[in-house]
Amino acid sequence: MATPAAQLTRKDFTSNQTVRWCPGCGDYSILANIQRIMPELGMSPEKVVFVSGIGCSSRFPYYMDTYGFHTIHGRAPAFATGIKASNPDLSVWVVTGDGDGLAIGGNHLLHIIRRNVDVNILLFNNRVYGLTKGQYSPTSRIGMKTKSTPLGSIDHPIDPLSFALGAAATFVARTVDVDAEHMRYVFRRAQEHRGTSFIEILQNCPVFNDEEWDELEDKKQRIDAGLRLQHGQPLVTGSEGRRRGIRIDSGVPAVIDLGDGSDISTADIAVHNEHHHSPAYAFALASMARPNFPLPLGVFRAVESPTYDGMLEQQMEQAMELRGAGNLRNLLHTGETWTVK
Amino acid sequence: MAEKQLVELEEVAIRFTGDSGDGMQVTGGKFSESTMLAGNDLSTLPDYPAEIRAPAGTLAGVSGFQIHFASRNVHTPADQPDVLVAFNPAALKTNIADLRPGGTLIVNQDAFKKRALARAEYEENPLPELHDRFNVVELPLTQLNRKALEDIDLGSRDIDRCKNFFVLGIMYWMYSRDLEPTQRWLRGRFRGEVREANLLALEAGHAYGETTELLPSSYQVPAAKIPPGTYRNITGNTAFAWGIVAAGVQMDRQVFLGAYPITPASDILHEVARYGHFGIKTMQAEDEIAACSAAIGAAFAGSLAVTCTSGPGLALKQEAINLAVMAELPLVIVDIQRGGPSTGMPTKVEQGDLPMALYGRNSDSPMPVIAASSPGDCFHTIFEAFRWAVKYMTPVIVLSDSYLANGTEPWLIPDIESLPRVSIPPPPEPENFQPYRRDAKTLARPWAVPGTPGLEHRIGGLSTEENTGNVSYDPDNNERMMHLRDQKVAGIVADIPPLEVVGNEQGELLIVGWGSTRGAITSAVEAARADGLDVSRVHLRHINPFPANLGEILGNFRHILVPEINLGHLPRLLRAEFLVPAEVMSKTQGKPFKVGEIRQRIDEILSPEDDS
Repeated sequence: MATPAAQLTRKDFTSNQTVRWCPGCGDYSILANIQRIMPELGMSPEKVVFVSGIGCSSRFPYYMDTYGFHTIHGRAPAFATGIKASNPDLSVWVVTGDGDGLAIGGNHLLHIIRRNVDVNILLFNNRVYGLTKGQYSPTSRIGMKTKSTPLGSIDHPIDPLSFALGAAATFVARTVDVDAEHMRYVFRRAQEHRGTSFIEILQNCPVFNDEEWDELEDKKQRIDAGLRLQHGQPLVTGSEGRRRGIRIDSGVPAVIDLGDGSDISTADIAVHNEHHHSPAYAFALASMARPNFPLPLGVFRAVESPTYDGMLEQQMEQAMELRGAGNLRNLLHTGETWTVK
Repeated sequence: MAEKQLVELEEVAIRFTGDSGDGMQVTGGKFSESTMLAGNDLSTLPDYPAEIRAPAGTLAGVSGFQIHFASRNVHTPADQPDVLVAFNPAALKTNIADLRPGGTLIVNQDAFKKRALARAEYEENPLPELHDRFNVVELPLTQLNRKALEDIDLGSRDIDRCKNFFVLGIMYWMYSRDLEPTQRWLRGRFRGEVREANLLALEAGHAYGETTELLPSSYQVPAAKIPPGTYRNITGNTAFAWGIVAAGVQMDRQVFLGAYPITPASDILHEVARYGHFGIKTMQAEDEIAACSAAIGAAFAGSLAVTCTSGPGLALKQEAINLAVMAELPLVIVDIQRGGPSTGMPTKVEQGDLPMALYGRNSDSPMPVIAASSPGDCFHTIFEAFRWAVKYMTPVIVLSDSYLANGTEPWLIPDIESLPRVSIPPPPEPENFQPYRRDAKTLARPWAVPGTPGLEHRIGGLSTEENTGNVSYDPDNNERMMHLRDQKVAGIVADIPPLEVVGNEQGELLIVGWGSTRGAITSAVEAARADGLDVSRVHLRHINPFPANLGEILGNFRHILVPEINLGHLPRLLRAEFLVPAEVMSKTQGKPFKVGEIRQRIDEILSPEDDS
């Protein structure tokens, strides 16, 4: 029978199916780190369900030796909600992409987040449609030339984290496909959070949008291009001599040059706090985009709020307490009845 | 005072009509309840506008409720009411054409003032000339009601709102009804002055009926001969909701209902949402797609899953339903059909979704389709749908329509012990588990639910390898799986009892019906047979698969007629499947068939010499 969770390894979460992503795809690293973190989190394979929609990222469940459901385009959040509502003991993970999650599935993503269903959502953002061979996506930059936009995209892109925060997400984080340790840290935090955990993973598509995240993936560049968020620590980043801090004034972030060795306390640099009740602070962080700002990575927001599945269970228990377990005969005989002899 | 007469009648049909705000549905509902308690058989038809409150007094805002009751069996709400109660000129204008010639028209004469007549687009008062054709009873209802409630401490608007109960009181006197059940309901429903006002209005109306010389007779419709048992009034949508509850109880599984509000299906969600104490979970989703998707997710996780909708919603759900076909998960989809296409007539009846239910998904996507044929039948139909869903691991579509959804009939409450207890097969052993290994008899795959150790597996919408369930693009495997899914659904025929012909086993004319046309067809065929005509009928509950003996039955008749509230869907299926000359009888007015319409068509077919 099942091996005790403590003795499980990555292999116990790896299915026998051949992984079929393109060579060099960022998805490999995400898969490997999910498979690695599962035993570390004490998960049992039978308690885990991976749910996906359609797209390159959505092949993910086939490669996990857990329960898995590869559903239809954009609707994975709705399937996941049904699974979690049906059995709250399951650990439910939604795998989606920028097209699946934010184009065709934008509505469902909005609603699973606002309901705060206790699931973990991994949105692989490569800013392009891969499986349909290279069209622009809702996160593609303005001007991006693709097969469907030969003159350049004229759609204003959406930032996945701003979207999630707009729906009052209780846990929001960003990580990057090449940084194994950081990814696992964020996955762990997501699993520990009760409620919807929304994670944007910057992911490279070597075939249709190569090097989109180069400055965040490259070890040298990312020191200046990124900003590692740490709860209780000031928002400071940059290599020696190019240190910069973030000041947030009336909800608007500004880059403050600390290269001359200025004292961060006198420069009024913001101190990261994951637990702000208002999402406004995290929204300010999410508005920080390249190239004007270093791109924040880490946990933007983690606040406690009742979950949909938790409240659903509670309502059921209350209904049982209030009215006693339902009796079918009594139900069919409620109200006016009459007997013919 | 002249002596009043008590007249015995075999059957009566009454239609209550007024403005949407006049309380016609409540009035009709209460009259139905007291009629049932009096032991009559009955059938009702509410008819209300799609607009919640159209401008008061306008033609668009008229709401109606028809009830047909008798001392014999009743199959329809009747083609023509014998009595029309019109609260205002607009109600009169939209309904008078239906009143039986010589029938009784009861109007609130206080409402026939200049402005109200103008709102109903009458140039002059139509009542005087109606006296020639109908027994017109003009009553100053507004004044009578105000007088009766003069001691009540309420504003005149609230007082006037009680006049439907004043009228109900009059009708209770006219048809020898007991006030008590309605009084009990009013006491439970309202408080304070409003309760007193409504109670007083009801009693005053009754007393007025007893004393006024304008109403010389009251009537008695003796109790019908009805099979013994305990009965209640039920609408189709309530019957569906209770059928859902019953399935959960009898199968001992948690029920999950995902739904999105849509007329005329929302009442199923409302009703089921009240039964959390049965362990039922309901979710109002963000849209139709999510409602269906969440239900499929719940089915994967082991719940008895159901989603309910109407035509436009079914169109949206189809991609998700197709996944349930491919993933072979149990799911019940309830479609309360309504007038279309597009938004159409949301509150009116149509049987327009049969092709969509059968063929509305990409590729070959076989799925059982069953149809309820009366309000009470909805209970048994959905129960059967759940049994098929779990036995064969398949989504099942249940068709109803707005006529069944809101219509009522007396329903013999089933004995719980008589309902089949369905045991769902236990999860398979982990040893050599394969998610798509089929049961040799039913071809169903196992229901392996997340949380069960050793049965971890992946399913999805991609082409699936036989037995293992792995993704496969193997051409032969794809073809085999296509046929397996098809054979599985076709094999359900083993669970379908032989279709019974009502009438001769062979002959000139067979009427084939499905769904809510049963009542009208039954009455028309009964009448025609009583007149010696060679006409029989069958009524289909199971449309996919068809009952095994349907082809043989069809072959025994010269003419086959299919009355349908669409432009002809079932005849195409019958022709394609059985190569028989099935003839269309179509109606798409948003109204059910009248008995007379079907009877006339029967006469035309069986008396061809009149066609010249």
